[in-house]
Amino acid sequence: MKKYTYYPGCSVKGTAKSYEDSLLAVFRELNLHLEELPDWNCCGATFYMSIDEVTSFTLSARNLSLAEQYDRDVVAPCSACYLVLLKTQDYIKRYPQIREKVDAALTAANLTYKGSVKIRHPLEVLLNDIGLGELKNRVKKPLRSFKIAAYYGCQLVRPFMVFDDPSYPETMDSLMETLGAEAIDYPVKTRCCGGSLMGTMEDVGMRLNYILLNEAHKRGANCIVTVCPLCQFNLEAYQKKIIKKYNGVPEIPVFYFTQLVGLALGISEKELGLGRSIVSPDSLVESLSVVQATAP
Amino acid sequence: MQTHRKVKYEAELDPSFTKWVSTVPGGERIRECFQCGTCSSICPLSVYMDISPRRLIAMADAGFKEEVLSSFTIWLCASCYSCSVNCPKDIKITDIMYGLKRRAIEEGIFPSRHFAIPILAKAFANMVRKNGRATESRLVVSLAWRVSLFRLLNMAPLGIKLLLRGRLSFKKEKIQNKQEIQTMLKALEANR
Ligand code: SF4
Ligand code: SF4
Repeated sequence: MKKYTYYPGCSVKGTAKSYEDSLLAVFRELNLHLEELPDWNCCGATFYMSIDEVTSFTLSARNLSLAEQYDRDVVAPCSACYLVLLKTQDYIKRYPQIREKVDAALTAANLTYKGSVKIRHPLEVLLNDIGLGELKNRVKKPLRSFKIAAYYGCQLVRPFMVFDDPSYPETMDSLMETLGAEAIDYPVKTRCCGGSLMGTMEDVGMRLNYILLNEAHKRGANCIVTVCPLCQFNLEAYQKKIIKKYNGVPEIPVFYFTQLVGLALGISEKELGLGRSIVSPDSLVESLSVVQATAP
Repeated sequence: MQTHRKVKYEAELDPSFTKWVSTVPGGERIRECFQCGTCSSICPLSVYMDISPRRLIAMADAGFKEEVLSSFTIWLCASCYSCSVNCPKDIKITDIMYGLKRRAIEEGIFPSRHFAIPILAKAFANMVRKNGRATESRLVVSLAWRVSLFRLLNMAPLGIKLLLRGRLSFKKEKIQNKQEIQTMLKALEANR
């Protein structure tokens, strides 16, 4: 059994609970073991970087240092956490003046960080450690009725292009096709959802997300698939409000990619946290069993 | 008749700001910007900005300190990194935006009073400093308290839905070893 250190981050324990539900369920099913990093702290997200750069790197260096005690890769599902951890490693490597301060702070707390931790996103883990071929073999319920718009957002693919293209990534599209879904062409797949702007400048956030919803609808998608808590929240929790403001877009369910992998593997809706949705995915999910029954 | 001169004479610019901006990690190559406009054209927020990213880079480099620090632009930047990965001169525009946000907070210069974005950023940082983790629900409430209570009413229906679905809790998230964070923060402070 392959083991990983799991760095959940704050959102996954809160508004993105169903991301955690489905991630844990899928990894369990695939025999990948996630061990939560004991006493992890917040990565600082985009906010801390706006206040104090070195402190922000130091906070995430604490997580890296705690993780280094175990000889395992770190899996971070939230795009913001994933980026911050990668960025911390990159900056302490490239800027000795930052490294020096971070090291001094770690030392004061009896911690060290040598730099050996590998940061990974669960999407990439599924692709590389399980592989599309193996996943295909394990599909119990092909997602034949799903026409998905794969939405990657920003921070998973930029600025560190670890496993996919920064403007036109395709890994999630191929994953979805492996599960039997149809991935529609979605040119706005890495256009920003505005992140926390929805909370601070709602008008701006609503418009940015309207563009994403409208494009998915126009191109014939019946759902959107995301990799990030903030993208999912903006697109789903605010969707009714957006639809009310800009007419002409029907409701469209917004899943985490792990929820769809889980459905295809035959994991129950409850375990995948589908009951936590605000825009109901029920009719689409039900169509799954109808399609299975009539499929040749 | 009074005339208002919009353009600054060179003597009125701040050369120390020019120098400082090139020391922001990621901003080392700002002088090499050849004003191609790739950043402005790719930025999903540029339509809302008072100064486009291309122009802001030129102004920061020229030393228009007040104008740059009091712009909405730096706060509207959502850190999507589209500009950074596409700049032909490999200027890390996103990191420069972060540097400018930090400098604006340091100097207390904001585009308007009660401007929500830096207030939220500060509330977030304080929460993480104190507890080691962020509790989303508490952030929203503290922001509403400081910016406008009307927001809270506005958010209530969504809040209730999230609560019912187990996606919102007011329990304070915190780490066990808060002392460790305090020790690190103190060491950073001493080393400034
Ligand atoms: S993309 Fe780079 S070189 Fe072009 S205007 Fe923007 S900062 Fe300057
Ligand atoms: S990182 Fe900021 S300035 Fe650059 S494209 Fe994105 S929102 Fe615009």
